[in-house]
Amino acid sequence: MATEPAASAGNVGRKPSMNRTRTTRSVYEQAIRFALLLAAAVSVVTTILIVFALVRETITFFGDVGVSEFLFGTKWTPTLAGDQQSFGVVPLITGTLYLSAIALAVAIPLGLLVAIYLAEYAPTRVRRIVKPVLELLAGVPTIVFGYFALTFFTPEVLRATLGLGVNQFNALSAGLILGMLVLPTIASVAEDAMSSVPASLREGAFGLGASRLQVSLRIVFPAALSGIVAALILGASRAVGETVIILIAGGQVARLGLDPTQGYQSMAAYIAAQSRGDIPTGSIEYGTIFAVGLTLFFMTLLLNMISIRLVRRFRQVYE
Amino acid sequence: MAARAGAQREVFPRASTGSRVADLLFRAAMLFAVFVGFVALAAILFDTVSDGAGRLSTDFITNFPSKVIPENSGIQSALVGTLYLMFLTAFMVVPLGIATAIYLEEYADRNKWFNRLIEVNIQNLAAVPSVVYGILGLAFIVRGPLGLGRVLLAGAITLALLVLPVVIIVSREAIRAVPPSVREGSLALGATQWQTIWKQVLPGSIAGIATGVILALSRAIGETAPLLLIGAAASPRFNPSGLLEPFTALPIQIFVWTQDSDRSFVAAAAGAILVLMVILLLMNSVAIYLRNRYEQKW
Repeated sequence: MATEPAASAGNVGRKPSMNRTRTTRSVYEQAIRFALLLAAAVSVVTTILIVFALVRETITFFGDVGVSEFLFGTKWTPTLAGDQQSFGVVPLITGTLYLSAIALAVAIPLGLLVAIYLAEYAPTRVRRIVKPVLELLAGVPTIVFGYFALTFFTPEVLRATLGLGVNQFNALSAGLILGMLVLPTIASVAEDAMSSVPASLREGAFGLGASRLQVSLRIVFPAALSGIVAALILGASRAVGETVIILIAGGQVARLGLDPTQGYQSMAAYIAAQSRGDIPTGSIEYGTIFAVGLTLFFMTLLLNMISIRLVRRFRQVYE
Repeated sequence: MAARAGAQREVFPRASTGSRVADLLFRAAMLFAVFVGFVALAAILFDTVSDGAGRLSTDFITNFPSKVIPENSGIQSALVGTLYLMFLTAFMVVPLGIATAIYLEEYADRNKWFNRLIEVNIQNLAAVPSVVYGILGLAFIVRGPLGLGRVLLAGAITLALLVLPVVIIVSREAIRAVPPSVREGSLALGATQWQTIWKQVLPGSIAGIATGVILALSRAIGETAPLLLIGAAASPRFNPSGLLEPFTALPIQIFVWTQDSDRSFVAAAAGAILVLMVILLLMNSVAIYLRNRYEQKW
């Protein structure tokens, strides 16, 4: 405070400046702003470190294994010795996509039906029960889903009740349970999108004599389409990145093919399975984690970018 | 009701049979979808309770995991590890997350490229698979520059980075819910920007922030994949005695028991799941209580 008169005395005869006089208080405010900026920078640094870690080790890995052998090879047996060892990532990618496809085949129709029900049909009282139950389902740790798939869904439901001849580890069980994990995500994001469609559109359609079904499917659904697509992509990204369910119930063999009774490994499950052992830093097996991790990172990043862009679009239209 | 339905029928023509059937089928399909979600949750709860309820006892909580005798196996080291992880993660993620949220909501000029970069970056980080955070932890925290080894602190740092985007996103929403008039009033009375944030904005949004933090932490303690990569110990018969000591956590213990070739460990896994779910349920109840009790209506 004492500095202020002196500072203004120094300004006599000059043009008044819009800049604030430096005081202890303004320096303090600036310091706080800077500290907060530093905190915000942590998340950017995290991203940089993730990319750096993945790329650095992947380059080392490609020093030992050819890029085309990795990308187009159809045998993934990095832990075997000698001639048996092979580093073709295709089985892991197809395994990931196959398991995600099974999950999404269940989660997309069910999730969208739940979303339409919550946004357009459900009375407030019912919604107050259904939403928390879905949140609860979304909050169940993935290890529990994995346990359930392995110890109950495969032996009791698929084998005993439905009489299917599935392996202990199989794509059907892992995929369907993965679908239950993704369902609440799709339902809640899609419901948000549909709820943000302005009521005037619905009222207009009702006024013209449309039924509730017509309003839901022909007015609200198309109007919320970009948000709904974003929900689906977000669901796909969760399915692709999910680790533990597949690690526990999907098997630990990287296999090419589309037989739902067999087990398949996904990229994320491979990474987790591999790192259980003490792999020495710098070995080829250590490198595979990063090469597969980078592939997975790019796949989910692409899905997320598309989803973020779509969400932004539907927000702009209705706000 | 009947009278109103009758009145409606007079005004509107009766819908055709086809469209009424379609409507009925669609309603049935929607209710079926909701039903599947309910059944999935109920089946998971029923299965774990029927497998694991028999194992719940004070011995189960206080014993250490045994590699030989499933019946004497307990979860002390896993439970203690999970609680340590939770508090350490909170200790790191709460200041960082709230500070970032304040910066983005109260200070950041959205026309500056680096502020937009921070925002897009956080949205992307929120959807990076957890196993990739595990890779980050393995490469930089366990080995490499930090080189902490397979210790408690490495696990906590990894989990903190994993849930940081979630904490930032919910904190921003809570801060945004404080109306501008509160800030303007405070600034008009001569408060500095930081005084306004510290004395008005934060107290007004703390309930929302706390709710979000608790939900983020409940996600952190349910995570398995990153801790597998960090190299959490399998069935240790000791508690972590310091930040730089080996550790395990409930999800890891559940995983190890599920993978055991001796199937009698399955009951122990189910028991540990029940304990984990009770902790999560408690955390969620606290979050809901905070939301209802302290939420500000502006």
